[in-house]
Amino acid sequence: MTPTASRDFPLYDPKNEHDACGVGFVVNLNNEKSHDIITKGIEILVNLTHRGACGCDPETGDGAGVMIQIPHRFFVGECEKLGFGLPREGEYGVGMIFLPVEPQPRFQCQGIVDRIVQEEGLSVLGWRDTPVFGDTIGRVARASQPYIEQIFIRTGLDMTRETFERKLYVVRKRVEAEIAASDIKDKGFFYIPSLSSWTIVYKGLLLAPQITNFYTDLSNPDALSAMCLVHQRFSTNTFPSWQLAHPYRYLCHNGEINTLRGNVNWMYARQSILKSDLFGEDMKRLFPIVQPNVSDSASLDNVVELLTLAGRSLPHVMAMLIPEAWDADTTMSPAKRSFYEYHASLMEPWDGPAAVAFSDGRVIGAILDRNGLRPARYLVTTDGLLIMASETGVLDIESSRVSYTGALEPGKMLLADLAEKRIIPDDEIKEKLSERRPYGQWINENQILLENLPDPSREFGFSPDDIVMRQRLFGYTEEDVRMIVTPMAVNGEEPVGSMGTDTPLACLSDKPQPLFNYFKQMFAQVTNPPIDSIREALVMSLTSYIGTERNILDETPQHCHTLKLPHPILTNRDLEKMRRVSQGDFLATTLPMLFRVDGGEKELVRALDGLCRRASLAMHSGYSIIILSDRGFDEDYAPIPSLLALTAVHNHLVREETRTQVALVVESGEPREVMHFCLLIGYGASAVNPYLAIESLEDLSQRGLLPQGLSFTEALHNYKNAVKKGILKTMSKMGISTLQSYRGAQVFEAVGLGKELVEKYFTGTSSRIGGIGLDVLSQEAKMKHDAAFHPAPTTDSQLEPGANYQFRINGERHSVNPTTITKLQQAVRQSSYKSFKEYTQHLIDQSRGLYNLRGLMEFRKGTRSVPIEEVEPAKEIVKRFATGAMSFGSISKEAHETLAIAMNRIGGKSNTGEGGENEERFIANANGDLRRSAVKQVASARFGVSANYLVNADELQIKIAQGAKPGEGGQLPGHKVDAIIARVRHSIPGVGLISPPPHHDIYSIEDIAQLIYDLKNVNPRARISVKLVSENGVGTVAAGVAKAHADVILISGDSGGTGASPLSSIKHAGIPWELGLAETQQVLVLNDLRSRVRLQTDGKLQTGRDVVIAALLGAEEFGFATTPLVTMGCVMMRKCHLNTCPVGIATQDPVLRQRFQGKPEHVINFFFYLAEEVREVMAQLGFRSIDEMIGRVDMLEQRQSVEHWKAKHIDLSSVLHNPPVPMRFGRRCQIAQDHGLNQALDYQLIDKAKEALERKAPVEFHLPIRNVHRTVGAMLSGEISRRYGSQGLPEDTIRISFKGSAGQSFGAFLAKGITLTLEGDANDYVGKGLSGGRIVVFPPKDSKRIAEENTVIGNVVLYGATNGEAYFSGKAGHRFAIRNSGATAVVEAVGDHGCEYMTNGLVVVLGKTGRNFAAGMSGGIVYVFDEQGNFSSLLCNRASVDLDPLDGEDEAKLHRLVNNHFELTASQRARTILDEWPAMVTKFVKVFPHDYKRVLSASAPQQAVPQTIERIAKEVPVG
Amino acid sequence: MGKPTGFLEYKRETPQRRTVEDRLNDWHDVYREFSDQSVRTQGARCMDCGVPFCHLGCPLNNIIPNWNDLVYRDRWQDAIRVLHLTNNFPEFTGQVCPAPCEAACVLGINEAPVAIKVVEKMIIERAFREGWIKPERPKHRTGKTIAIIGSGPSGLAAAQQLNRAGHHITVYEKNDRVGGLLRFGIPDFKLEKYILDRRIDLLQSEGIVFATNAHVGVNVAVEELRSSYDAILLCGGAEAPRDLNVPGRQLKGTYYAVDFLTQQNKRLAGAAIEPSKEILATGKRVVIIGGGDTGADCLGTCHRQKAKSVHQMEILPKPPDQRAPSTPWPQWPLQLRTESSHEEGGVREWAVLTTSLEGDVQGNLSKLNAVRVGPPPDFKPIPGSEFSLEVDMILLAMGFTGPQRNGLLDELGVALDSRGNVSTDENYMTSIPSVFSAGDMRRGQSLVVWAITEGRKAAKCVDRYLMGFSNLP
Repeated sequence: MTPTASRDFPLYDPKNEHDACGVGFVVNLNNEKSHDIITKGIEILVNLTHRGACGCDPETGDGAGVMIQIPHRFFVGECEKLGFGLPREGEYGVGMIFLPVEPQPRFQCQGIVDRIVQEEGLSVLGWRDTPVFGDTIGRVARASQPYIEQIFIRTGLDMTRETFERKLYVVRKRVEAEIAASDIKDKGFFYIPSLSSWTIVYKGLLLAPQITNFYTDLSNPDALSAMCLVHQRFSTNTFPSWQLAHPYRYLCHNGEINTLRGNVNWMYARQSILKSDLFGEDMKRLFPIVQPNVSDSASLDNVVELLTLAGRSLPHVMAMLIPEAWDADTTMSPAKRSFYEYHASLMEPWDGPAAVAFSDGRVIGAILDRNGLRPARYLVTTDGLLIMASETGVLDIESSRVSYTGALEPGKMLLADLAEKRIIPDDEIKEKLSERRPYGQWINENQILLENLPDPSREFGFSPDDIVMRQRLFGYTEEDVRMIVTPMAVNGEEPVGSMGTDTPLACLSDKPQPLFNYFKQMFAQVTNPPIDSIREALVMSLTSYIGTERNILDETPQHCHTLKLPHPILTNRDLEKMRRVSQGDFLATTLPMLFRVDGGEKELVRALDGLCRRASLAMHSGYSIIILSDRGFDEDYAPIPSLLALTAVHNHLVREETRTQVALVVESGEPREVMHFCLLIGYGASAVNPYLAIESLEDLSQRGLLPQGLSFTEALHNYKNAVKKGILKTMSKMGISTLQSYRGAQVFEAVGLGKELVEKYFTGTSSRIGGIGLDVLSQEAKMKHDAAFHPAPTTDSQLEPGANYQFRINGERHSVNPTTITKLQQAVRQSSYKSFKEYTQHLIDQSRGLYNLRGLMEFRKGTRSVPIEEVEPAKEIVKRFATGAMSFGSISKEAHETLAIAMNRIGGKSNTGEGGENEERFIANANGDLRRSAVKQVASARFGVSANYLVNADELQIKIAQGAKPGEGGQLPGHKVDAIIARVRHSIPGVGLISPPPHHDIYSIEDIAQLIYDLKNVNPRARISVKLVSENGVGTVAAGVAKAHADVILISGDSGGTGASPLSSIKHAGIPWELGLAETQQVLVLNDLRSRVRLQTDGKLQTGRDVVIAALLGAEEFGFATTPLVTMGCVMMRKCHLNTCPVGIATQDPVLRQRFQGKPEHVINFFFYLAEEVREVMAQLGFRSIDEMIGRVDMLEQRQSVEHWKAKHIDLSSVLHNPPVPMRFGRRCQIAQDHGLNQALDYQLIDKAKEALERKAPVEFHLPIRNVHRTVGAMLSGEISRRYGSQGLPEDTIRISFKGSAGQSFGAFLAKGITLTLEGDANDYVGKGLSGGRIVVFPPKDSKRIAEENTVIGNVVLYGATNGEAYFSGKAGHRFAIRNSGATAVVEAVGDHGCEYMTNGLVVVLGKTGRNFAAGMSGGIVYVFDEQGNFSSLLCNRASVDLDPLDGEDEAKLHRLVNNHFELTASQRARTILDEWPAMVTKFVKVFPHDYKRVLSASAPQQAVPQTIERIAKEVPVG
Repeated sequence: MGKPTGFLEYKRETPQRRTVEDRLNDWHDVYREFSDQSVRTQGARCMDCGVPFCHLGCPLNNIIPNWNDLVYRDRWQDAIRVLHLTNNFPEFTGQVCPAPCEAACVLGINEAPVAIKVVEKMIIERAFREGWIKPERPKHRTGKTIAIIGSGPSGLAAAQQLNRAGHHITVYEKNDRVGGLLRFGIPDFKLEKYILDRRIDLLQSEGIVFATNAHVGVNVAVEELRSSYDAILLCGGAEAPRDLNVPGRQLKGTYYAVDFLTQQNKRLAGAAIEPSKEILATGKRVVIIGGGDTGADCLGTCHRQKAKSVHQMEILPKPPDQRAPSTPWPQWPLQLRTESSHEEGGVREWAVLTTSLEGDVQGNLSKLNAVRVGPPPDFKPIPGSEFSLEVDMILLAMGFTGPQRNGLLDELGVALDSRGNVSTDENYMTSIPSVFSAGDMRRGQSLVVWAITEGRKAAKCVDRYLMGFSNLP
């Protein structure tokens, strides 16, 4: 049973559950059934155990399962014993059925099944009580274990196998629907894992090794199958769920479907037009196609099942749902492109990250989504066995039997056809699919392009006279024009800001807000990765197809009778073209979205209802495009907020099941910034015409306010580009690649919108604290309307100041304001607690206005106080304080070290941020002060993350996201990288540095477990923390992270600071920490995981009251960044991104740095005052220690006397909820995590290398290795670094030779002095963070394979390597040497995205590369052997690199490396190249980054450091 | 944004003062011209702070970063528009304001602040020069009538605001000319009177009626006002000067600074002064008691009248040359200020308490006795530090104690606060409904910038009182 969001679990929502896992299959290509296949499948499963997880009960897994062909012989025997016979194979189907445990409800369910089977013209042969052994599984699993039976159903008379299969599907859907609608007790247990005549699924809440013991069927030698598909689940939480285990009926999945909500909504919307001759009248009985409230994988399975049973082949269905990135792929054949484009008109992609393994019993295969973010390795034996799994080495196959090995590539399919008894190559599959129909011709004949529509005779022009009035009407502020629209028009991208946000939420603001501001963007963290929309542009697409959707079960030329839009931003001319369209079925109509403004809520409702009615009418009259327009406003009629009008119509049509018949286009004066467009599209708009934004540009142009030489046309072009880039970026934050999937995906959370409003107009959107309704919205519209039509004298020529980004008296309120800054600085400088109290009083005094959600809380009254002397002393409390992660680079050396010294003095923790740390700081000053940061951050770029960095830490923090810009990477422009920063970050002075949006070793929840394991290995003494950003669902992510063995989880609020971030991210991504922390605490407590992990929170914590509230909501530790900066002199210039900080904090300019006035004493004063204030509140509340206080949410109440016109609607009861769980479930951290380190192979290594460690004596030894041996070499490296620092040991002091398949992270952080040699192959992350060691991998010596065509190492190899060497004889997976900043490597072929973001080092590729090679590469050199001659034209991303011929010096270097490679690996490839060197060397291309070339050609190193400040200020970092 | 690095590239620069010899020979402004280009450079020094403390430091909350930026970008017309949003009379504040904005300027933390005041002044002067300043008559009239008593900066600001809201405004001024302290209190070398006339002409063109020589409570009956206007706004200033209570105060030759300054202003405006009432420093040994701005104005006036010698005495100790630690940024700094008048001569004495005055047989002042004192609040006399000065004239520049009570205030019967100022509620309404008060009369002696602020705020309250709502800024 799965709990749902309810009164008991107010902040938990099952929609937020994520899972990720290990997946695999084994198949006999000759279709020979054997029991051995099942045994092997289960062995794969067991060897993937580390990819799963267990919750509070270590014996209960998150789920495991297998899918096999129906073991006919076995069932015949079993059924005989039960007294019924089975017909021939194929003439009966078997259902695995989970039933309620209690007899009565169980019988009821079975009765329903029996009846429906009969009604569908089939007959029940009998039921079999599936033998299971509950003793073999975990306590929690047992408690939720269903009663498991199998049903045997006979096919109907004259039914074909296909018809029978479809009937079984109808039976299942009917049974599911009927039982779900019934009032049977415990019906939650009921579930049908499989019902088919081909396959059967055994699954449950199991750990892999338990499965054969639990299901004894599987160990019976009579159970035979030619294939076995297996899955080990890792879910983010531990609510026991048997149903969510994989495989589903057709597939199992590793990864996640990001676009799920949109996909499911659109599926629902298209249900009404589903028709199939194959199903006929049965069709309606299948609804809902997608079962409500199931996981992403289950939803995908539902759709796969429908499409497959409706007639498409399984490979066809998979290619349609999970298409390759075809849009920007110029290498793709026209026929294949047409195939994909045709299907794009039918359905939006189900966007991954996904590795999906699928089977219908006749074919079995796997597919990777367009981004290829999940690993899938395969191996074919000489005797016809195909093994596919998330990892290599899951089955022990002697090397002589290996025919070839490979890794699945993005968008590609691996398919074994048991009828044809062979593997069908991807090319052949796609070619066959492309030839099914004349797709290209259909597109040519039916598709309409906007640019081909006739020009309209008239279009709306510019009307300068009333532009200010109209801007006021739509709530434009002075800042909107000055800080948003203008920079977009000038620079073609979103403006950048800094220092986070400190203004009230829209629902606490005194100002009328655009409805847009009540929403927050969701973003990917941990369970799926964000994408780099710039460097990986080839997977991104803004193309969409609009028009009437047709039955997706059919395939006709009419299906691509669509209007193709290259992007969704329409100029006035574009819109006019569309308005007048009359081609084919296209016809557009315009509906006004206006309401009578004096009528308030009533009139607004009336207008919305009217709009919906007219939309229905238009749809029924045959209009296929509805343009919602607010152009017609006047003195009496105000615009309805465009988003509200859109969602009203959208939801109305969805409910009418006619939504897919029309496209909705918005013509509005309201949208102006990126967030606005994202919301309109995310809630279903096909396109947007922002006419007032366009006119505002023209106004700027006419008034001469654009930079010289910039015409209106160019400004508009830039503005559109900025919007487009911004949309791509916002999509990519969520990991969504295509606009089609983003449209309607509703990846937003509402904060402060009332329940009724959301239910009716934003159906499915989460809004957890209630809030305003249509009354306030109508009031806000009226305020803006008044400002336009009844302006104040003297100000009518001006816009409101806004002041969202800069403080203004009459603008938005800021919590970091002149008063708080001044009082705080006085307090710490003059050591005046009195000033400090004035400072906090200013913030606490609600008469000045609400700044945040905690402002709506108050402490419970009537508590018994304790004398303050009895309260824990301040010097203990300050140890719970940490300063925020600010890199050396974002702030000055002086500021960074002052914070570190202060925190070290008081026993708190400072944080390196993501820029590494100068090793000089690891040693104490003469006066005993330590400048080292206790917390070392590990962020996506891995700057300076070496073994030595990691061992010099008390805590290692994995930064998943940052409050000011969750889901985004960053960029440090080259001119900011001076000699010191370059040294610390292991890069080159003057060379730009990019932080990728995701950690490339965390695409999924089980990946973070691996990274935690890696870090813990290097430094077992450090605790591992994971920094998350508050969003809806962060609690379930945190549960997953807790299960991944994090010691600390940091829940960061949305308001956190930043050195540079796009303004829309600062303002619109993430939610307050109060919500995220409360959710996390509740979910962790419910799952009994809370006691294993410490919680920290941050995000503009300013007062002792804030700290106490955070503790009561569940935090044990507290982070501060902005406020300590203020104590050191920060005055919130918000110019960090310009390097012009006038107080020497956020700058690297030597002149400005001299102005730094901060002292450790100031910081210390602040923290002690804060602790003192905490103590005062504790005394008042009756707490003697912080520990007593943690999670005591019962001590908080919502303030009752709130008069604020908006805030009074907020309901905090879900935040202040205390989950009802047994007393024994801890509410704070009480137990240490078991990291499972004791199984590490490294203990043996350290033991055997003792002589080397202690005396630097050379040692050498040999060991076998398996995929379960992970992170080999890291702990040993940690030991070396601890003793010998970054110098390590002399080269080759420790030489270890392995044989076998190495597990993930082989040689991670390998320190200098170690050489690891591996004969065999390895999984992902080989040489991650390589720190000076050497790694050599080559295929088994007895192998006959051609090395460069076989995958020898996995994905993301040498990620963030800083130093060392690696030689790989064979092919590497994707993202080889990503973010390499110093390692030298030779490899024989690589997958896509090779050498991405590389900043330093040297790489040689002796063979093929995949696409997008060198994307974002800024430093270092790569030599590529371009045998095919297509590297430069097709495969290399040349945006930041030149491709040059080699010079003499290059050739010498290359020769040396190839020679090394040959000597170390005996590579045939190397041998061949060396043998014919003069001819071969000419085929090499030198990849030479522009930045690096510029720096080298400047030759003098001082050229690399900033020349003039002017330059710095101009080049604003983006990213 | 303007120039992100401007503050690192340019130094603070303000208009030069004319040479002392030159300026002592006339009554014209002491400052030289300043070029538009120089102003733009000064504008470029503005850092466009995320939290512009200047904006809060200024009582009017002038949106300083915006117009600094606009000037830098050569968008003067936009600049005056923004400046006028918050300040009715930037030509006054740009001329005489001590510029608390500059004291709060973030750049002032570690170097010379942005020259905000001169930027302000140059924006409005450019605007007048270009003819951009035109009367703004209200589009429609409400029919409501308001009497404003007093034509100083608060009265004028309130008048302009309320007129723009469409009300009929009559400003009552007891003197023969409009302007209050601006006209009669501030010497020409600090504020030339054409600046004032220019603005008053505009106000008249906008439809504001000025009744001069109309001393309410003296030659205009309070009752008449009450019955003929929908609201009354009292902006009569704080005109009661603080007296010196020492033996010999009655001797001839001791005057209030305000009387001295007023007379000089009238003289310059061409008024004939009765010889018996003349207060002239010419050829005299003058002592000014009071070290503040008024004292400095007296000092400059005395020198222009060719006094023989001038002493300026202050009871407080000499402030430090730099910002005192007790008044950290962004507060108004306690520090030694050297005004133009101080450059022109005279002796400044600190920590001095006048103990008595002596005179000759005709009753003319001849000697001042004083003692040096310790710091506040006790001002303890330092034994043995007594000294005397030969003196012909003493000017009392010791501040004001509040509004004049007899006449208007007494007749109206409005309640006063503990300091003797007119007491109002938070809506600027006095104890008598429909009667409001603003400016020095309400808050006590203060700066011009505060007077304008008060006038604006009171105007909004009066408007709301009359109309039920107000969209005045």
